Amino acid sequence: MEITIIAETQGDNLHPVTSQLVGAATSLGASPTVLCAGGAGADAAAGIAGVGKVLSVVGDCFSTFDGGAWAAAFDAAAGTGIIIGAASAQGRDVVARIAARRSIPVVQDVVAISQGLTMTHPIYSGKAMQEVTVGGDCAVTLRSNTFPPAGDGGSAESATVQQSGDVKIAVQEAIAKASARLDVSDADIIISGGRGMGSPDNFEHLYALSDKLGAAVGASRAAVDTWDEIPHSMQVGQTGKTVNPSLYIAVGISGAIQHLAGMRTSKYIVAINKDPEAPIFKVADYGIVSTWEEALPILGDEIAKIL
Amino acid sequence: MVEIAVLLKQVPDTNAKIVVVNGRVDESAIASWVTSPYDEYAFEAALQHTEAAGGSITAITLGPARADKVLKDAAALGVTKLVRIWQDDWQDLDSNQVQSALANAVTAAGADLVYCGKQSADRNQGSTGPGIAEILGAACITEVSESDSAGSYLRPTASGSERVTVSSPAVVTFTKTQNELRRPNVRGIMMAKRAQIEVVGGDVSASQVNFNGHSSPAQKPPGKTYEGSDSVPEVVGLLRDEAKVL
Ligand SMILES: Cc1cc2nc3c(=O)[nH]c(=O)nc-3n(C[C@H](O)[C@H](O)[C@H](O)COP(=O)(O)OP(=O)(O)OC[C@H]3O[C@@H](n4cnc5c(N)ncnc54)[C@H](O)[C@@H]3O)c2cc1C
Repeated sequence: MEITIIAETQGDNLHPVTSQLVGAATSLGASPTVLCAGGAGADAAAGIAGVGKVLSVVGDCFSTFDGGAWAAAFDAAAGTGIIIGAASAQGRDVVARIAARRSIPVVQDVVAISQGLTMTHPIYSGKAMQEVTVGGDCAVTLRSNTFPPAGDGGSAESATVQQSGDVKIAVQEAIAKASARLDVSDADIIISGGRGMGSPDNFEHLYALSDKLGAAVGASRAAVDTWDEIPHSMQVGQTGKTVNPSLYIAVGISGAIQHLAGMRTSKYIVAINKDPEAPIFKVADYGIVSTWEEALPILGDEIAKIL
Repeated sequence: MVEIAVLLKQVPDTNAKIVVVNGRVDESAIASWVTSPYDEYAFEAALQHTEAAGGSITAITLGPARADKVLKDAAALGVTKLVRIWQDDWQDLDSNQVQSALANAVTAAGADLVYCGKQSADRNQGSTGPGIAEILGAACITEVSESDSAGSYLRPTASGSERVTVSSPAVVTFTKTQNELRRPNVRGIMMAKRAQIEVVGGDVSASQVNFNGHSSPAQKPPGKTYEGSDSVPEVVGLLRDEAKVL
């Protein structure tokens, strides 16, 4: 089976999810070709165990993100068969367009994949799962932190192809993030605050804890809607980000179904809430019935002890 | 003047319980159907864009007769061109079929801009906007959180966000914006009652995807709940030793 992976990159570097894409491809018995946009992350990709070949796709289009242009370049560089990308915003865009160019189906946000090609993906924000089979070629994006990553120690051959596409999107102004903090989409540990934090200033307690843990700080929609200081980029849930970290700590969040939609697949969930009836406790692995005012200082001290 | 096609999908209310019966989500158990939330942000952006720049909106949906409701709701906000695409096997259409049916309707509407949600609240795929753009030979800007009538759009980047412009035709997919969809007034609601919906066939080729079934998500074993902040040291210990995430 021929599999081409669209590497997920972060600036000039390879995003760690790329190893997970390779892990999934090798579990299907393939030794995939990895395409790197503008050559970003090509050396790192060649070092992932199981990779057959790395192709740096180099063209003018890769200086701006334009899913149409990128898809055109990748489409020309990729072989037939199965295209795999990450279920990130850019990954979904590019992979959907490659599929449309080839008139093959696209299945996004896959959480299980097996020969056939049979795939499972969440629907209704995780309230149900759908399983489908595609006999022919198809394009797929995989949810991050779901597939075991391939290890290092690979030494795949690398090549460069010149390939570009028409860029139709023009960047007028780049706006730097208000803070240099880690984004919830990239974090392995997330601490989120809800309306129960009482004021945006109290998020400082969450930031302090996140600094200790190397975590990102998220928020419920009620927090985002109530306080201007809490930007939508922090929102987790149905109309915010879907996250899948190893540890999700919900503080002063009731656990409305739309919030759970964005975080219920987190590996471990800790909830701190003063209301023992709060629905967040139904999904929490470890629930602490307490005000955050009492619980957070102790949490900070205990974490400081073990790190 | 702009001609904007807005794609509106009818989905279960986000509070709805989703029940799987015999390998299918039981739609008869869903009490309340609404317009997919991200589509509403796209719709409000289109209303503001046409108000400021002149032009008109065509509202397009794909689905069974119950989906007329989203078009009637659009009519109540002044949209007069309402199109519902209907395919007998609409539930099992694959991504290509959905995209080509919608792209055909966009072309028929003569639209130069397509506004839609970044993904639907039911399938959660996010393929439709970029896929339609590919079929139309258009650019697609995804996850837009701010737009203006001069045709500039704010989208997220790894290091923050950027304001971009695009040549038409273009597809814009919206995430949550600052502008909730406005509510209709009494006159709008009266007008909506008389609104005419054009029903068209999808006219698409065969599906390449076999639907195997729906299932309920795996249930996690119930967790443990501790009373009071005194339990925090114990929980931290468990996170380190049992969960191994610290
Ligand atoms: C279409 C739609 C989309 C939505 N999308 C999202 C989304 O993406 N994300 C999202 O989060 N929500 C979303 N919502 C909103 C959702 O329904 C809830 O309103 C929201 O999640 C509630 O946020 P919250 O838990 O912070 O606030 P609340 O529900 O007000 O809960 C606050 C909690 O804090 C606790 N608390 C109060 N004081 C303290 C204290 N001192 N110490 C400890 N605990 C305390 C309370 O017991 C309570 O449980 C959406 C809703 C709709 C209709």
